[in-house]
Amino acid sequence: MKVQAIALTTFREAVRDKILYTLLFFALAMIAASAVIADLTIGEYGKIIRDLGLAAIDLFGLMIAIFVGIGLVYKEIERKTIYTIASKPIARWQFLLGKYLGLVMTLGAEVLVMTVGFLVQLQLTGAGTTGALIPAIWLIFVELLVVTAVAILFSSFTTPMLSALFTLGITVVGRLTAQLKELSEAGDAPGLELVASGIYRLVPDLATFDIRTEAAYGRPVDWEYVGYATGYGLLWTAVLLAIGTVVFQYRDFK
Amino acid sequence: MPDVVIRTKGLRKVYVSGFLRHKFVGLHGLDLEIFRGEIFGYIGPNGSGKTTTIKLLMGLNFPSGGEGEVLGKPIGDNAVRRHLGYLPERPYFYDYLTAYEFLHFYGSLHGMTKGERNRKIDELLPLVHMERARDVQLRKFSKGMLQRVGLAQALINDPQLVVFDEPSSGLDPMGRMLIRDTILRLRDQGTTVMLSSHILSDVESICDRVGIIAGGKLQRVAAVSELVGADVESVEITLEGATEALLAELGAGDGHLHASGRRTLTVPDEDSAQHLVRKALDGGAKLVSVVPRRESLESMFVDEMTAIDKSSREAKR
Ligand SMILES: Nc1ncnc2c1ncn2[C@@H]1O[C@H](COP(=O)(O)OP(=O)(O)O)[C@@H](O)[C@H]1O
Ligand SMILES: [Mg+2]
Repeated sequence: MKVQAIALTTFREAVRDKILYTLLFFALAMIAASAVIADLTIGEYGKIIRDLGLAAIDLFGLMIAIFVGIGLVYKEIERKTIYTIASKPIARWQFLLGKYLGLVMTLGAEVLVMTVGFLVQLQLTGAGTTGALIPAIWLIFVELLVVTAVAILFSSFTTPMLSALFTLGITVVGRLTAQLKELSEAGDAPGLELVASGIYRLVPDLATFDIRTEAAYGRPVDWEYVGYATGYGLLWTAVLLAIGTVVFQYRDFK
Repeated sequence: MPDVVIRTKGLRKVYVSGFLRHKFVGLHGLDLEIFRGEIFGYIGPNGSGKTTTIKLLMGLNFPSGGEGEVLGKPIGDNAVRRHLGYLPERPYFYDYLTAYEFLHFYGSLHGMTKGERNRKIDELLPLVHMERARDVQLRKFSKGMLQRVGLAQALINDPQLVVFDEPSSGLDPMGRMLIRDTILRLRDQGTTVMLSSHILSDVESICDRVGIIAGGKLQRVAAVSELVGADVESVEITLEGATEALLAELGAGDGHLHASGRRTLTVPDEDSAQHLVRKALDGGAKLVSVVPRRESLESMFVDEMTAIDKSSREAKR
């Protein structure tokens, strides 16, 4: 009940903020611009439009997850809203979970709007859909769940600047896990290998959620893989939130 | 035995800050008791540890030592919070919620049902003069308006104990009056109030007892009546239409002449005041006001602080 109240309030607060619409505007603009780019590019027209559209949803989803996510939690502490909330009969984990779920609702709404814009674009340009587009967008959403959990974890104890930097860093590294894995198995620089394999294990492998190329090319959906990737994402989310909760439980509100 | 609402024993807070882990004692072993139904003033200069104490009591910060109880439970107890009200220093709330949504949200954090919330909000909004701003988003609120919804959120759960941290700072006289009236109404309902302030005149006129804190140490706890000299130090009498001749006859000097033509005379005690007023009225002057001057908490406070300052400087030598 209380978690729900916090989630709904967070959602309300987020969807009334102009920053969300600014990002959404740019996302839709990028989706629209893909037709022009596809016209100018040599290659399969429909494939390029699908590719760019998915990339836009992914990029702007990440930006919202990171910046709105970090802003919302930090603002509460900075502006002392948390003082009155934490003095109410709610546990701190309820607050953090409520915040998280509110953000997920916000992201869900955002991804939904972008998806509709994308499908309209595909229709208008005649680029055509493929069966794997929606699963690909679903996995982008699962990726956003993980990144939001990372953002919440960092902003539960550090400043927004550092949270944004760390979250951005983890997002970038998380996408390069394949390269890190290669590096850790290269066998020519033992020190570097150790570091690479350490990072590789400590950071969620965000490349898992990327089936965009397959979707753009219209290859058949591997449902088993989609299920596996979803489970992987939810597991990471749970772990990150659990750590965030413990950190948040024992901190002072300055 | 009186019912104790807040009790702390050796409550301590050490702040560790910065890269060099610099340590600073914000609160030195605090022993404090606040009783049910009283209005307790917690006064001290800026940086003396008032907010630190309150944040510890509210479970926002964790003590570095000692212990505390609020409403019979260790501090930070979740269930007890159902009965607490708290208005932080210079509060900010969500920007994009309306006053109405905001109060509903806080009510639901207390686990109140929709019906209970509606009833309470309808009761509180007029009390804080916010009926007209009900559907306005909080980001459009002035500081005073924020303080007023802040006041409403602190009372939404009919708390047994309300803690106000410098509620009047930065408010206009109307805002201060509202805070004052609210606290007095709470007292009439038997609610316990802890009021931190550096505006001493506020504390003096509404509190039952005060604790004086300075440098993170509680210096003194006493009933206001104990602290403030009940004896009248002087009486100021303001007259209108007092002629030169009358003044000479009254023999209380020329006093202070106001731009309005009124004149304020000062006499040392109540007896001579009585005497002077009678003569002045007989002599055809109009009586505007008679104000007895007592030693106020303010001058007490300044004396006390100077003494503390001096003794701590001596201790350092
Ligand atoms: N988070 C913090 N880190 C370090 N020092 C702090 C912190 N909070 C308060 N202090 C210090 O503790 C002392 C008491 O502060 P505070 O309780 O806010 O005083 P008051 O409310 O009486 O003005 C001040 O000297 C202040 O600088
Ligand atoms: Mg303070």
